[in-house]
Amino acid sequence: MGQDNPIARVIRASELDTRMIAMVAILLVIWIGLDVLTGGIFLTARNLYNLAVQSSVVGIMATGMVLVIVARHIDLSVGSVMGFTGMIIAWLQVDIFTLGAVWNWPLTILIGLTLGAVIGAWQGYWVAYTGIPAFVVTLGGLLMFRGGAFLVTDGRTVAPMDPTYQLLGGGIHGSIGETWSWVFGVVAIAVVALLTYKNRQSRKRHEFAVKPIAVEIALFLLWTGLIIGFVLVMNSYYKPRSEVARGIPVPVLILIAVIVAMTLIARVTSFGRYVFAMGGNPEAAELSGIDVKKTTLIVFVIMGVLCGIAAVITTARLNAGANSMGMLAELSVIAAAVIGGTSLAGGIGSIAGAILGAVVMQSLENGMVLMGVSSAMRQVIIGLVLIGAVWFDTMYKKRR
Amino acid sequence: MSDTPLVEMRNIEKRFGGVHAVDNVSVDLYPGEVVGVLGHNGAGKSCLMKILSGAMPLDGGEIRVNGEPTEIENPRDAMAYGIETIYQTLALADNLNAPANLFLGREMKTRWGTLNDDAMEAEARKVLHRLNPNFTNINDAVRTMSGGQRQVVAIARAIYFNAKILIMDEPTAALGPSETKMVADLTTQLRSEGIGIFLISHDMHDVFDLCDRIVVMKNGHCVGAHRIEEVSKDDVLSLIIAGQLPEGWSPRNGGGRA
Repeated sequence: MGQDNPIARVIRASELDTRMIAMVAILLVIWIGLDVLTGGIFLTARNLYNLAVQSSVVGIMATGMVLVIVARHIDLSVGSVMGFTGMIIAWLQVDIFTLGAVWNWPLTILIGLTLGAVIGAWQGYWVAYTGIPAFVVTLGGLLMFRGGAFLVTDGRTVAPMDPTYQLLGGGIHGSIGETWSWVFGVVAIAVVALLTYKNRQSRKRHEFAVKPIAVEIALFLLWTGLIIGFVLVMNSYYKPRSEVARGIPVPVLILIAVIVAMTLIARVTSFGRYVFAMGGNPEAAELSGIDVKKTTLIVFVIMGVLCGIAAVITTARLNAGANSMGMLAELSVIAAAVIGGTSLAGGIGSIAGAILGAVVMQSLENGMVLMGVSSAMRQVIIGLVLIGAVWFDTMYKKRR
Repeated sequence: MSDTPLVEMRNIEKRFGGVHAVDNVSVDLYPGEVVGVLGHNGAGKSCLMKILSGAMPLDGGEIRVNGEPTEIENPRDAMAYGIETIYQTLALADNLNAPANLFLGREMKTRWGTLNDDAMEAEARKVLHRLNPNFTNINDAVRTMSGGQRQVVAIARAIYFNAKILIMDEPTAALGPSETKMVADLTTQLRSEGIGIFLISHDMHDVFDLCDRIVVMKNGHCVGAHRIEEVSKDDVLSLIIAGQLPEGWSPRNGGGRA
């Protein structure tokens, strides 16, 4: 890239990750392509709403998978853990506790998330303290917890769930409506503005170079535009036979909360820094005085909790607990992280990338369903996309 | 020089299966002195130093710091005693930038307990510029840096946190002439500040320029411990290669000083 190329100059001044820009560009190409191929169905408010809901379960788990893979491990059990915790939640809520009691659904969620954490700790213990490769431990977990999901009710599907709980799945009533969606949008814009300002002040105080003010404003406007666009789209999809806007679906709100929390963990805590250091050079991390074992254990605990959150959304959305929940989800989750630029060699990855990866995969899946592509053919194509994404990544790194 | 040694390693033992990597070795280190630890590859010198830095548990013997018995089981323990190490492998996380490596394990925090990256970057700029004024790309991943720059980061890591005891394992192996001189000057400066330094080196120039004393190891044993004035380069090479001083050796400075 030449010094005079204006696009290159803008990108450098904005300090944006070029890889991330490429991914967004690819996503836009996919969206426009699918919109053309589906005769304008893909980019309707209704479909984008569904796409957002569909992406949230894989997206939530993918944020945890980024940390796992960055730390040079892998978790093959996430689909099974999600299925098992989901079955426990559904079974407790429907069969054991009083259905309809106010305390029922919050308690089952709490139990589900705790169970996720305990399962994560169990697997993390084996990986961190006994040195068994994560591949083996979580392959064992994949089998055990899939079997466990069946054993909870001997394979019987449990339904229906508590009506309030169902809102978490983003069904007909599972969104926050027009007004609250705008409130969310305004708050989000305010947060972006505040962070931009704070960051700039801090860099000035330390006498570091700051971005040109025009670039800073342009980036802020870009974010504002994205947020407003998102709220507008979610508000343009109405409830059936009415003019009542749905607004942002609850599972997408949960996903956004998870993205924010996980990005903070990865970027501004020493724990997150240690995860990346371990991935870059495990020996150096150990010699720097980092408790590598404890850090590894916590990574798996976080992954377990995220599986619990995904289980809540899935059972709420299905309005049932079925032992097949999350079957093969581990593959989508790993693929989302890898398509999003997480390096299987460890040390490199980002939460935002994994979310983009999840949306890319879900867009292809969703678009092909709209086009009437058979499920067998969809698998073939998604598999090719996975290889293509990693190939792109390898080429990109070689060129640098 | 004070009476209590900064470090006393007494009768240190380390075995790997049947191999006796360190066999009943004792060394000490006083404030403001540089002790060269010499020997062939596999003589046990790196092993001995790794025991002191907490990277390797000892099988027998005792380590005292300032006369007090210690339990050094991991690098955190060693750092708590003010023992810092510059490893030959540099021990850097290649995917992180210079400030992140410099503060790894000891990050600066904001009042909310989050990483204070800007403050760390500012501190890193100061210390790295002192060591190498041409160091500008400190926010790049360490992977993309030159051998000399990586070495500077590793050195900065060790001296930033007010080390009392510094272990330098081949600190100049990857460096050019000007950077080697920088490390030599730094070593002299740290010694004058009262820091005790163990220097592992193969470079006889470095050893005779910088060290106050030398300890020579061969096959896990300590085969000689001398003040630098007592020995010539040939004497040291004889100790390293043959494990003994040349026949008919007597101290070069006529003996006298202990």
